[in-house]
Order: sequence, then C-alpha cells, then structure tokens
Amino acid sequence: MEISEVAMPNQQVLVNAGAKAVADQAVGNAFTVENLDFYYGTFHALKNINMNIKKNEITALIGPSGCGKSTFLRILNRMNDLEGDVTVKGKILLEGEDIYADMEPIVLRHRVGMVFQQPNPFPQSLYDNVAFGPRLQGIKKASELDEIVEKSLTQASLWNEVKDRLHKSAISLSGGQQQRLCIARTLATRPDVILMDEPTSALDPISTAKIEELALELKEDYTIVIVTHNMQQAARISDKTAFFLMGDLVEYNKTKTIFTEPTQPKTADYINGRFG
Amino acid sequence: MKASKAIPGPRRRALSTDRLVTLGLHILAGATLLLLVGFVGHIAWSALSEFKPELLAFSPTGIGNQFFNTIYLVFLALLISIPLGIGAGIYMAEYATKGKAQKIMRISIETLSSLPSIVLGLFGYLVFIIMTNSQWNLFAGALTVSILTLPLIATITEDALRALPASYAKGSYGLGATKWQTISRVLIPAAFPAIITGIILAAGRVFGEAAALMFTAGMSTDINWASTDITSPTNAFNPFRSGETLSLQIWASRSESLDPNASAMANLSALVLLALVFTFSIGARALSRHLNRKNLGDNK
Amino acid sequence: MNIESTLRADRIWRNVIRGAGLFLLIITAAIGIFLLYRGTGTFTIYGHSLSEFLFSTQWQPADTLAGGGHVGAGIYIVGSLITCALALLMATPVSIALAIYMAEITPSVGRRFWQPVIEIFVGIPSIIYGWLGLTILVPFLQKYTTADSGFSVLAASIVLAIMIFPTITSVTMNAINSVPKTYRQGAYGLGATRWEVIYKIVLPVAKHGILAGVVLGLARAFGEALAVAMVIGKMKAFPKSLLDPTVNLTSAIAADMGGTMEGSEYNMALWTMALFLFVISLLFILLIRYITSKGGNLSESK
Repeated sequence: MEISEVAMPNQQVLVNAGAKAVADQAVGNAFTVENLDFYYGTFHALKNINMNIKKNEITALIGPSGCGKSTFLRILNRMNDLEGDVTVKGKILLEGEDIYADMEPIVLRHRVGMVFQQPNPFPQSLYDNVAFGPRLQGIKKASELDEIVEKSLTQASLWNEVKDRLHKSAISLSGGQQQRLCIARTLATRPDVILMDEPTSALDPISTAKIEELALELKEDYTIVIVTHNMQQAARISDKTAFFLMGDLVEYNKTKTIFTEPTQPKTADYINGRFG
Repeated sequence: MKASKAIPGPRRRALSTDRLVTLGLHILAGATLLLLVGFVGHIAWSALSEFKPELLAFSPTGIGNQFFNTIYLVFLALLISIPLGIGAGIYMAEYATKGKAQKIMRISIETLSSLPSIVLGLFGYLVFIIMTNSQWNLFAGALTVSILTLPLIATITEDALRALPASYAKGSYGLGATKWQTISRVLIPAAFPAIITGIILAAGRVFGEAAALMFTAGMSTDINWASTDITSPTNAFNPFRSGETLSLQIWASRSESLDPNASAMANLSALVLLALVFTFSIGARALSRHLNRKNLGDNK
Repeated sequence: MNIESTLRADRIWRNVIRGAGLFLLIITAAIGIFLLYRGTGTFTIYGHSLSEFLFSTQWQPADTLAGGGHVGAGIYIVGSLITCALALLMATPVSIALAIYMAEITPSVGRRFWQPVIEIFVGIPSIIYGWLGLTILVPFLQKYTTADSGFSVLAASIVLAIMIFPTITSVTMNAINSVPKTYRQGAYGLGATRWEVIYKIVLPVAKHGILAGVVLGLARAFGEALAVAMVIGKMKAFPKSLLDPTVNLTSAIAADMGGTMEGSEYNMALWTMALFLFVISLLFILLIRYITSKGGNLSESK
C-alpha cells in the first residue's frame, strides 16, 4: 500500500488529496522506510520515520540545521556506519531489500551514490577520479573504462569542458566543475539512487544553476534525494519535499502542495521563513 | 627642537636597547652562517688539497667501496623499514582505536626514536651477530639501522595520513570502497608526496650513522668487483659480507698511523658524506614540490 | 565484481597492517627486555650494588664469567654530565638568540633562507662534527692553550654544543612561530619596541616549547657516542680543568663493546651503562611530554 507516502508523525496518519493522487500513479518505490529510529549514542536523532521515496523523482529534504535531514540522507547509504556509536531501528528497503540486514555497505554504496556538500575530488587525475568506482567494481579493461568515463562526464555535462585534460589533476578544476566531476564519479558506479547533501551550498549562483539543471536531467534515469537549505532550490527542482524538525518528519508531500498549502502550521512557518 | 617630537627618557633607552639587540642578533646570525661555510669549506679544502684520483678507487686505496657500502646499506635498511614503517603508520592513523592502542604505539615510537644509537648498536651486535653466530655483515647493519628509521617512517606516514582532509575518505566510502580500498587507492596516493619526502629525509639522516654500525656492519670491507656469485663473501651485493661505510671509515681513521692516506681518505669521506646528505635534503624538497604540483595541479 | 573477495582482501589487509603495528611494539619490547635483562646482570649475577655502579670510581670489571672486578662508573657518569651540561650552557643562549633572529627579525628571509641553513646543520652527521673537532679543535686547543693534548672536556663540550644547537634552534623557532600574531599586535599597539615585544610577550608565551627544545638537545648530546669519543681523550680520571681529558659513558661502550667476552662481568657492566643511557633518555621523553603538556607544541621542523 502506498499510504505511507504521507508522513505519519506521532502515529497520526494524514491523508489528503495529494497523497491519494500520488498513490494512484503506482510508480515503484526506490526506498521504503518503515518505523525508522536513529540514535547517536543515546541521542534520539530521528524518530519513527515512515516514508517512501519514488523512483525517477527528485525528493528534497528540508528543515533547519540539526533537524535530522542530513542524518536521514546518510542512513540511506549507511555512511552513518562510519561515525561509530550509532543505532538504527526499523526497516529501510531498497527495492524490497533491507539495506541494514541483507546488504553489504559497499554494495549498497555502489547502488546508492552520494554527492557531498564540499566538492571532494581525490587529488588524482580527472580520469582516475571517474574511473575510481568502476575500478572498485573490478573493471580493468582500458576501453571499457574510457567508455564509462566519457559517458559519465557527458551525463554530468562536463565532458566538453574537460575532454582535453582528462589526465590533469582534478584539483585544478573550479568549484562548480569539481562538483560536477563528483557527480560524474558517482554516476560511473552505475547507481540507482543519487544522494546529494547540500551539493550547491559551496558554489556560486551560476554553478548552482548548472547543478540544478543537471539534477533535472538525471532524474530521467536516476532517483535523486537532495538535502537543501535553499527553499527556492527545493521548490525549483524537486517533485516531493519532506520537512524535518527536531528528528520528526513533520510533513511529506508533493513539493507544490508543501509550498502552497502545507497541512502543518510548523511547515508553513518554516517555508515562510519564520524560523530556521 | 619641538617638544612633541621629543621621546621620553625611558623610551629612548628602550629604543636604543632594541637597536643594540637587533645589531647583536645580526652579527650572531652572520657568525653562524660563517661557521657553516667554514665547516663545509674546511672539509672541501682538506679533501681537495690532498686529492689523488686513487682515493676514489673502488679498492682498499680509495673510498669507492665505502661509498658503495653506505648506499647499499641504507638501501637495505629502507627495504626493511619502509613496508613495516608505512604499515605501522597506517595502523596508527587508521586502525588503532583512539586511546589505549594509540597511546601504547606512540610511547613505543618515541622510545625507539630516542634510543641512543650506541645502545642500538649494542643491541644489534648481541642479537644479529652474537646470537646468530655470524660475522659482521651488512645485513645485520641494515637491520640495526632499520630500527632507527622505522619510527621515523611510521611517524611520517601517520602525520601525512592525518593531514589529509576527511572528505577524501568520505568520498571513497560513498562510492562503495572498503576501508583497505580507501587507504590503498585514495589515502596513500594522496599522502605519497609527504611520505616519500619524509623517507628521503630519513635516508639522508642515516647515511652518517656510525655508532649503530661499528659492530654490526663491521669495520672492514673486501670487495671483488669481478665476482658474479652473490653468495661469495667478496661479492659486492652479498648482504652477508662485512661492509665499512663512509662514516665508519672516518671513525676508523682517527688513529692515523694505520695508513699514510688515512687522513686524506677521511677528509674525502667527510666531503662525500656531506654531499650525499645535502643532495638528499635538497632532492627531498624538490621532489615534494614537484609531486605536490602534480597532485594538486596548476590552477592555470 | 566479487564482493566476497573484496571483503576478504579488506580483512586480510587489516590484519597485515595490525601486524606491522604489533611488530613495532615487539621490537620496542624486545629492546627494553634485552636492556633490562642484560643491564641488571651486573647486580643480579655479579652481585654489585647500584650505588657502587653510580658512585664508585673504580672501574675494573673482570672480563671473565667469574667476575670479582669493580664496576664503579662514577667517572663515566660525571664525564657525560659535565660535557652535556657545558654543551647546553654554550648552545642554549645562541640557539634561542638565533631562533629569535629568524622568527622575529627577518621572518621572510628566515623561512626561505635561514630555515634551510639550520636544517643543513641538523643534517650534518655527528661523525663529521667529531672529525672536525679532531682535526681543527683539538690541535687548536693544544697549540693555543695549556692543554697537554687538546683532547679535553672543553673539546667534547664544544663539539656537542655545535651538534645540538641546530636542534634547539629549530624547535625554538617553531615555538616562537606558533605564538599568535594578535599577541604581538597587541603589544606593538601599546607602543612597545620590537625587543620589548620579543622579551616580554613572545618568549614567555613560547617558553614551554623552548624548554622542550632544550631537553631534546640535551637528550641528543647525552646519547652521542662517536663524536665525543673522538675528542674527549678517554682518560679514566676526573678532569681537574676543562682542558683535561676524561671519559664518558657512550665512548666507553663504543670503545669496549666489541672486545669483551660474551656474558662476562665486563660485558654486563657495559650493558648496565647502556641501560642507564636508555633510562635517562626515557626520562628525557617523559620530561618533554610533561613540559609540552603544560603548554606549547614541540615539533621539529622537517
């Protein structure tokens, strides 16, 4: 059933017309999150989250700093495992498979790639950066790698800018180019889902526009989950928006609905800039 | 004289003290520089004024064999200590749990690196020569010296890895790499310039080591350059022959009576040793600059 | 891709790396145990007392397994202490002054020119300092002073001083450079001269780092063997003046370690000396740790 398309804060099920419409589309889910609780040590960082993330859509996670949206994002490819004392309760299914029970983190991360807040290319050549993931997957043939590198860079609309200097250091690129390189690097592992953690917060407006445009193109083939501080960005590019506050998923709905007629007063307050 | 420009007495004294101290420091710095130039000049002059081509020979009349032994010994020592030292450095930076394990490792490394080399020489003599019932040999010397370089290389590796931004590891894990893949494919390559520079500097420092080698590598050398059998006791590349290094040659020639050329050979050894040390120090710097540029790229 | 083999490689390498770390611990432990075991043989096997070793001046260990000699290392210990103390006395003021000059008077030239110069000094092998002492200093002292031979406490101290001053300078310079700029600006803003800023603000703030550098220099001097052995004269007597020869711990080990019978009283006595050196250098480490934990950072520029 698709009823959990809508958040159920404090077990309260909110049904509205939007959710019904979405459910009727019957598009497959990339992620199904059921009763997720997350703890850093004893700190209860995420509380009973229920959420479905649809394939080939852009889902934006918004909320004030410390609300748990980035934590939630990192749970989706188990990057939080690296932080030490953390506990995950509940179920997270990626196309039906429980990512915390049935899956090796390294396999999960091939399928669910991540783009970080600060562009973080490795201090290697552009080529080696993009070929990094495929090489991890055991691809060694030069022709095959060449093909993947070209395809990924093209998808990340970087190919034309860098095709003549693939063997130069990636650090020599501009910030916006570096971020698109990181996206290409993620695409090269052939993921199903791309997680983006405030990917434009370190970039200038022009680079930001390029990344947003890119995200819109990529959703044809990939599922994208993006954390953003920028309300306009969420409104511009996402299909669904989830609003987090103090570890609760307050509201989750079509972006249009969230921004025009939110059901929760807190959502309205946040979107209208009354706090956060 | 305008009153407003007058400086009160105590401040005038402060100003003249300042000038005096500055002058004194200038003179001291100049003297230090002169001292260095004097040392190098003296060694160069003594070596070159007594220079005869035969002193360079790869035979008992020259220092060629000692030169070869020095390089070969440091090479062998690095062969042993580089994998172990880098491994220990990776362990400290990436695997050792914070707190106890790291603390014990750190104390261990500090202890090793503060050991007087004569004490290490005594240890090496006992363990690698007496207990193995063998003659003085290069391999025993290399093992002993590798105990000197091991903590250096471990520290260099640890520091280099810790200096990397955390985003490198995150990016790699995000792409589905395991810890070892992250270390071997991202972190070590990124830290490589710092590590290689540190190793070259470490090598430069052990070229001059003598106390640890006196009774391990030994103070005699007999090489037959025509030998092609590496197991022969006079084959140059046989690590189980004794091999006097340049610094041991200087030490041995303090009793000049042995050989009329002893002093000339020692002077030349000192010059060659200095040249080696300088070359490695400058080379390490240049290499580090080059590698950093290559890794980070020119922003042109 | 084969996930199993990737994960297996990860596990194997984790163990390999742990092995390397463990190996380093084992070496340290082995050295410590050997030193402790052998070094205490003088007391446990040959029945000498610690106070005999430390304070007696009668050094005639028997080179036999029967023992029965005397193992008073007093002269050697005093020789080590005197030469190091003198070296420190000479090197410390010069080092600190130089560090001030490089860090404060000519900061830009300091970094680009003086730092490499000091590093070159640090890199010169100690055997070369010994050789220079032997060929310049000893003949000089013999010719221009009342010294009989030139081999003397003074010669050893000067060689050690020259050997350790770059180390102290380097550490001191780092300590001075790590003093926050705002402190200096504050003092200048109040109308202090440069010297007043250095003397009243910078040096007090950097004092822990400087002290750590001095101890590091002392540790190097204490453990140096051959450079000292070349110029100290190896005379088994207390020096009556700075121009007299004497002997120290390291040069005794260097001279005799290869000639004693394995396990003999003499051999064990040399190990006791080595243990003593080891203990002292451990104390120096602890001292440096203590000083730096109280403030300031110790880092020799590389």
